[in-house]
Amino acid sequence: MSKRLQHVAFGLVLLLVLALLVLPERTAAKLKLAIGGLFLPLFGLAGSAQGLAHHGSQALVSRQALLRQVAQLQEENRLLRAQVQQGDLALRENNRLRQLLGWQQQSRWRVTPARVIARDTANWWRTVRIDVGQRDGVRPDSPVLAAEGLVGRVSEVAHTTSCVVLIGDPKCRVAVVVRETGEQGVISATSRGVLDHRLVDLTHLPRNCALKPGQTVYTSGLGGIFPAGLPVGAIVDAQSRLYGLYSEARVKLAVDSSRLDEVMVLLR
Amino acid sequence: MNWQRTVLTLIVTFLAVFCQAAINAPRQWLGAQVNVLPPLVVYCAVNTEVATLTLVAVCGGLWSDTLSANPLGISVLPLFWLGLALHRWRDVLLRELAYAQCVLGLAASLLVPLGTLLLLVTAGESPLVGWGSLWQLGVMGIGGAALTPLFFRLLERLVRWFTHPPAVWLSFRSDREIKRGPF
Repeated sequence: MSKRLQHVAFGLVLLLVLALLVLPERTAAKLKLAIGGLFLPLFGLAGSAQGLAHHGSQALVSRQALLRQVAQLQEENRLLRAQVQQGDLALRENNRLRQLLGWQQQSRWRVTPARVIARDTANWWRTVRIDVGQRDGVRPDSPVLAAEGLVGRVSEVAHTTSCVVLIGDPKCRVAVVVRETGEQGVISATSRGVLDHRLVDLTHLPRNCALKPGQTVYTSGLGGIFPAGLPVGAIVDAQSRLYGLYSEARVKLAVDSSRLDEVMVLLR
Repeated sequence: MNWQRTVLTLIVTFLAVFCQAAINAPRQWLGAQVNVLPPLVVYCAVNTEVATLTLVAVCGGLWSDTLSANPLGISVLPLFWLGLALHRWRDVLLRELAYAQCVLGLAASLLVPLGTLLLLVTAGESPLVGWGSLWQLGVMGIGGAALTPLFFRLLERLVRWFTHPPAVWLSFRSDREIKRGPF
């Protein structure tokens, strides 16, 4: 009886798994989001607990330290206001010149802050879940940033959460340009980055490129997903491959994804 | 089937998968996240019926895949195969000894990720693996070995708290009462 039961269970599980694996991609993604919805109350609870702990720790900060922090922030605010005014002037001038030349206007991006609520349960993917979704206007392929630079792009969107594929995951490739030399390439995952999350490969470089350690890498805007000019990282080293047929470089990402807590989603 | 034990095991599995996704400390300090499902499947394989084992492998695998970029359902098969194999040989396993639980947890935590990776590659996916994956596998193995006896203790305690103790038959039977007397 027991052996028969085991055979039946094995057959049923095998059928279920096969049925799930052959589901169309869109249906599987919807099913994933539906099952993932079960975890929402727990994520909410964890977020509230974190918020409470944060407020609790803030309540213990001395008044003097707070006053010092306020003065520092006021100073920073004044500087930033001046920079914004200069930026606005440059933007208006840029738009006027574009109009004169008959170029297409660049659409401005809106920024939505988000919090990282979960990370991939498997060690062989680089994805995180954030607490903004369709409700907040997030769409698939929206770029995601941190204060230091580019983080990745949104891959799946649920009503209140989204999944972000980080740079360094095999499913996230970014067209970039080296600011100092103007050479263009593509950032892709590397097997050497399994333990060092910040290490990625810069491929599709022209042969005989003259890259040096420390040169900075920015998004090039090619590919249509990421806007141009977002900082990505810095060159670690460059090597020519296959007897000089092409070149590759290693890039250290500006953002340490293993310590990521807060991000910003760019929305059109 | 003891449905209370099944429900309790499923609740613990759900919470464990959530913790695996929400707690980032092992990944930050050790460079790898410990998989909580193999130790739970080991517990189910040696302590519960096939139905509970199947439910934990299927639900745990689906919940884990939901919070991952894995294709939905890919984690279920390695968990279930391993659980079924242990279930078949559970009578010859020293399942009540802590070191045996550790060894089973270690083996399960090494075999399940390898099986999942094999299925992923077969399905045409390209997961991020390299020499560093050996370190990650080691962390997962040791983490799984440490978690297995903990899950055994936790679940046994929860089952004791939330289920009725088994009925104990007294040795006294009224139909076999010896009546003593003069006749």
